[in-house]
Amino acid sequence: MAEPLIRIEHAFKSYRRGDRITPVLEDISFDIACGEFLALVGPSGSGKSTLLNLIAGIDVPDSGKILFLGQDIGQLSENELAAWRSAHVGFIFQFYNLIPVLTAQQNVELPLTLTGLSGRERKEHAARALAAVNLSDRMDHRPSQLSGGQQQRVAIARAIAADPALLVADEPTGDLDRESAEDILRLLENLNARLGKTIVMVTHDQRAASAAHLTRRLNKGVLDVLP
Amino acid sequence: MFFLELILKNAFRHKLRAFLTILGAALAILAFGLLQTIVDAWVGGVDNAAANRLMTRGALSMFTSLPEAYKAKIKAVPGVTLVSPEAFFGGYYVDERKRFPNFGVDPEVYLELHPEYRIPDEQRRAFLADRRGAMAGRKLMKRFGWKPGDAVTLKTHMYDGDWTFVIRAVYQDANEDANEDLFVFHWNYLKETLKKEGSTQAGRVGVFSVGIDDGSKAAAIARDIDERFKNSPVETQTETEKAFFLRRVTDSEAIILGVRMLSFLVIGVILAVTANAMGMSVRERMGEFAVLKTLGFSGQALAGFILGESLTVSLLGCALGLCALPFLTGAISGPLSDFFPALRVTRQTCLIGAEAGFFLGAASAALPALRASRARIAEGLRRIG
Repeated sequence: MAEPLIRIEHAFKSYRRGDRITPVLEDISFDIACGEFLALVGPSGSGKSTLLNLIAGIDVPDSGKILFLGQDIGQLSENELAAWRSAHVGFIFQFYNLIPVLTAQQNVELPLTLTGLSGRERKEHAARALAAVNLSDRMDHRPSQLSGGQQQRVAIARAIAADPALLVADEPTGDLDRESAEDILRLLENLNARLGKTIVMVTHDQRAASAAHLTRRLNKGVLDVLP
Repeated sequence: MFFLELILKNAFRHKLRAFLTILGAALAILAFGLLQTIVDAWVGGVDNAAANRLMTRGALSMFTSLPEAYKAKIKAVPGVTLVSPEAFFGGYYVDERKRFPNFGVDPEVYLELHPEYRIPDEQRRAFLADRRGAMAGRKLMKRFGWKPGDAVTLKTHMYDGDWTFVIRAVYQDANEDANEDLFVFHWNYLKETLKKEGSTQAGRVGVFSVGIDDGSKAAAIARDIDERFKNSPVETQTETEKAFFLRRVTDSEAIILGVRMLSFLVIGVILAVTANAMGMSVRERMGEFAVLKTLGFSGQALAGFILGESLTVSLLGCALGLCALPFLTGAISGPLSDFFPALRVTRQTCLIGAEAGFFLGAASAALPALRASRARIAEGLRRIG
């Protein structure tokens, strides 16, 4: 059996506020195969975003392991983890999180500055990524000059520009109208189907979840497997 | 280039805030530079004092005059090479308020003692040959609109009558930041005129300027000179030229210290303002920094961005302030010329100003950079949501 892209082993996570410790994730274990499109669903406060943060190396579990192709990313230092994220993970946020002073092309170019590519190569990569999300004609626009759906497409271009194996999306359609949301979901399906990107998506939206191959539900920090 | 563009765009993201911060830094550097320039003018001459020149004066006070006969005795002290009398004249030209230093000296020895004064040979010869001849600094000539060959009449409260001198030489000081406002003439002319008038001041000298062969032996030679006049009617005090000049400004030491402190206080105030502006800018963008960290930028890289933004603003302000400084100094040097004949922005003031700009930028960025680099990504992202 092929090695999973991500293996989560008995991950626990809690938050401390003063003397009070609030458990958020309890004994989470599951695998994410290469090329999988997984939706994490559950009510607010169920721990979906926390689990996504652990998978993406933004946070580390209190105990347990997050293995990426067999490597325990919890053992990496902060700087190593930053380098790991830039090499292996593309991020798509609910509110796009583009840098407002940069153009669409520069926003896509931003993570590529960490790759050692030359300025010309970065521009070429960024142009290709923007073309992949059908925004070649908006390269010089700033985020404020783009619609929500267009901004999210720029964010997706930024996420795929460095060709990471894993894309994590936190409510990618949460701030969009229905048409734009469907547009984004089609784009994610395409990235998964055509480029083989492994996608982990947190969503409240049942329609969005149905775009994924597999859905896992979190409830009060505990994982259920849906049929 | 990419990062430079990002830093510049972020530095000017809030244009009004950036403009006001730059203006504040510029005004602070301007005020700092102006105060430093005034202090420099105040203590002018001290830094240009030569190590191989001593000044011998009356031990009782700066105003006790010495007999001419001391010259030979000082000359006889081992290590002494040259001695010139310097008689303070206290003269003024037309307007009593427009003061400048003027002395009667032994021109030949005086010029030998001061090789830093550059004079064309022809003028040197003319000055030495003319008993009523005088030598003036370039800046002084310009100040009063004099030309070589002009006869200028000085008045003084120390001696009666009008004193007319012919300007034979104009010197340029080798030290760039020297005042060049001296007016020296033949001490013999003063002595002989006073003698004719039967003045008791004829043949009296304010100080002796003493050249020595080895600057490292200055203390020993000074002791030797003073030893010769122990228990004489007028005892002497000999000190290096620098110490002599410093004594002149010692009385104003507290004021100078106050002005210097004030100039640094101005920098301190603008530091607080700039740090606050940077702090606000970083606080507003904590979510953005979390995104950058998420994308793989390290805490150090974020600190670098913030430092870059802060330096951009403070150095621009600093450059603006330093560029405006010569204009402001020029504008006020006229009204202040009676107090500070040579109000000039020195290279050192510019250097300290530039250093202050760097310090301002770095210190303003320190806390915000630390905060941004240490912030946890998850918390930063929650700010956006």
